Amino acid sequence: MKLYPILGGIHPEYRKDLTSEKAIVAMPLPAALYIPLRQHIGAPAEAMVKAGDRVKKGQLIARSQGEISAPQHAATSGIIQSVAEIPAPHPSGLPQLTIIIEPDGKDEWADLPEPIADPFSVDAHTIHDRVAQAGIVGMGGAAFPSAVKLNLGTQKKLDTLLLNGAECEPYLTCDDRVMREHADEVIDGARIMAHALGVKRIIVGIEQNKPQAIEIMTRAAAPFGIEIAAVPVQYPMGSERHLVQALTGLETPARKLTADLGIVVHNVATARAVHHAVRFGRPLLTRVVTVSGKAVREPNNVEVAIGTQISDLIEFCGGFSARPESVVNGGPMMGQPIPHLGAPVVKGTSGILALTAEEINNRPTEPCIRCGSCITVCPCGLSPVDMSAVIRKDSLEVAAKLGVMDCFSCGSCSYVCPSHIPLVHYFNYAKGMLNVIATENRKNDRIKSLAEARVIRLDKAAEAKKAALAAKKPAVAATGDASAATTTPAEGKTEA
Amino acid sequence: MTLVLLALAPATLFNLYLFGWPAILLFAITIGACVGIEAWCLHIAGKPIKSALADNSAVLTGWLLAMSLPPWAPWWIGVLGAIFAIAMAKHTFGGLGQNVFNPAMVGRTVLLISFPVAMTTWVVPHPLFSANAPGLLDAFAITFGGTMPDAMSSASVLGHIKTELSRHIPVTESMASVPGLMDMLLGYRAGSLGETSALLILAGGLFLMYKRIISWHIPLGVMGGLFVIASIFHYVDPARFSSGSLHLISGATFLGAFFIATDYVTSPVTKRGQLIFGIGCGLLIWLIRTFAGYPEGVAFAVLLMNGFAPIIDRYTRPRTFGRDMKGEPLPLMRGKP
Repeated sequence: MKLYPILGGIHPEYRKDLTSEKAIVAMPLPAALYIPLRQHIGAPAEAMVKAGDRVKKGQLIARSQGEISAPQHAATSGIIQSVAEIPAPHPSGLPQLTIIIEPDGKDEWADLPEPIADPFSVDAHTIHDRVAQAGIVGMGGAAFPSAVKLNLGTQKKLDTLLLNGAECEPYLTCDDRVMREHADEVIDGARIMAHALGVKRIIVGIEQNKPQAIEIMTRAAAPFGIEIAAVPVQYPMGSERHLVQALTGLETPARKLTADLGIVVHNVATARAVHHAVRFGRPLLTRVVTVSGKAVREPNNVEVAIGTQISDLIEFCGGFSARPESVVNGGPMMGQPIPHLGAPVVKGTSGILALTAEEINNRPTEPCIRCGSCITVCPCGLSPVDMSAVIRKDSLEVAAKLGVMDCFSCGSCSYVCPSHIPLVHYFNYAKGMLNVIATENRKNDRIKSLAEARVIRLDKAAEAKKAALAAKKPAVAATGDASAATTTPAEGKTEA
Repeated sequence: MTLVLLALAPATLFNLYLFGWPAILLFAITIGACVGIEAWCLHIAGKPIKSALADNSAVLTGWLLAMSLPPWAPWWIGVLGAIFAIAMAKHTFGGLGQNVFNPAMVGRTVLLISFPVAMTTWVVPHPLFSANAPGLLDAFAITFGGTMPDAMSSASVLGHIKTELSRHIPVTESMASVPGLMDMLLGYRAGSLGETSALLILAGGLFLMYKRIISWHIPLGVMGGLFVIASIFHYVDPARFSSGSLHLISGATFLGAFFIATDYVTSPVTKRGQLIFGIGCGLLIWLIRTFAGYPEGVAFAVLLMNGFAPIIDRYTRPRTFGRDMKGEPLPLMRGKP
């Protein structure tokens, strides 16, 4: 398959060998599961249970709200302890509403929706509904509700489903293992998604540093004419837009989606979840998480129930062997530090990394020497050196003009900076502030337009009143004599 | 920075050997003065001194400055140069990373304009321990006493050609009395520490490229720009214009191309910008050497282009993913279904 070059990028130390040869192990259920109502992009789900309720495995416990949302299910049978606020798996560590389940140990299934025996004979709508019901979200980390993406066929002309198995982040091997151990499920899920999207062509992009996955997937894909593309090892190849460019040469215009080019991208683990939902009616209850880093005693790939506390997961992997400098949710490049180990594993958790100070190699920031390395590696063609300089001066509008909103925070610039300047933090700050400003402006505009509308409305009402009055007076005048009628307009004028 | 120093070391050591004790003294004084003034400026600015000195940037500035001075120049040349380079060109702009102009070249240029005689008194090499080389005591007299043995001075190659041209002696004839190609490449000729040993400087530059400390854009731009324009004019009138290859191996071309123009702080940040910057340096070097009053133009050329670097950066900013050069979103182009 012909490949196209992508801009910039880096070749970090991958350190995947810590877990790449470790087969996926299932973790036994912990003492309690913490299922946040919001594990996805969009509106949080709405809890349907209360403390003391008995739930079964796979039972719907929170329904999705609004168009972009996803429901939550109980990962095992047990009793609802409470619906309470606990720290979210987010750098802020802010509390969020979470359903706490105490497992009863029976792991008893609820009545699941009927399996769809032949998904290729049903219409797209049925598959879309099933995926939405199953609470499946993008499992590569973004956690965008998958059903919404499967519905894109109704709005856009699509031709290709691209399965993202690049896994370009260092340390992470969960997608690698899923492809190696469950290739048939991934391929079947991909075929079902392609059917729902109404596209014929399926490509799976896998980085060349996963030769076994490429081989096994190629074998599994062969009977169905699915293409397996071995893409160069170049971070951030797994970025959806860059993977599309590497495979098709097409550059997604700013503020458009890859779907506008006719290509929908899904993660390989998401495809597997779709397979389970459609073929067996099973909602998304577990996921494979890479637990790695030199501060973990036994790094591993673990199939873990959603809602398991990170501390329990690390305990399952032998606990800490050294004091971790940082515990990260996701990969080391784009993942977020977790301030609280009581936070749970959620649907978008691809990795839990306990990194030592030596692995993070945090060094004091030195002055920028304008070497330009950050420009060379930026996969978005931005100028981090200039953007960071203006953000330091808090000139956010200038930063926006320089394109800071086009940055997707891959962290390549921070990685190569010889002065150890945390460039991507500057950009995250600027993007956050610019979003706040934009929201504020939208709000003000809305208030302004409402206020203007009110003035117009009041004016209109006053005019209508006046007109009605004027219409009435001549009518009165018409009944009296002519001289009375001539005085009326003058009176009206003085009134005005 | 440490790797840059390492790359400079072979050429420097060889040249210190060639020019003997006076050169060693001046070299030590210049670097010492640069480090001392850096520490003093940091102290005044209230910045941490130890960590800033650890980056070796002051050592590098002093090193490059020393390499651009006549090897037997008196001590105060080194100290004054250090003040101009570090205090004026670097710290008044805000220190490391903030300066517009290359500090070492500012130091050299100010010295050249202020003290033209001291800055253009060249000597032919007197290798250490050779018969007529000055001993350590003689060296003290030369560096601190200012006693320059007259018979020892000589002109650099570019200076010689320029002087002869002004006497209406064509390049073709004056070339007869300049050192042979091998001597020029190895450094057996009059000049500053950094000018003479072209081959070792080139080796150091290639080492930096191999280590990816510098990319090829600036050095190739400088050498290419200089070589092409010099060759064209040499082809048209060989009696008036020196050949492209002479321009390449004489003067501080290699030092400038690999070590001075490539200074991160004062050169453009984009690769395209760096190529433009390099070519600009090359053309200016030739212009100055050929038409201006000075026989050597690397320092002036680099400083002039330093001034252009911000505007070059502005016009060579890369194209953002998904947008055109104006920053507007690209039109939607679909592939074959």
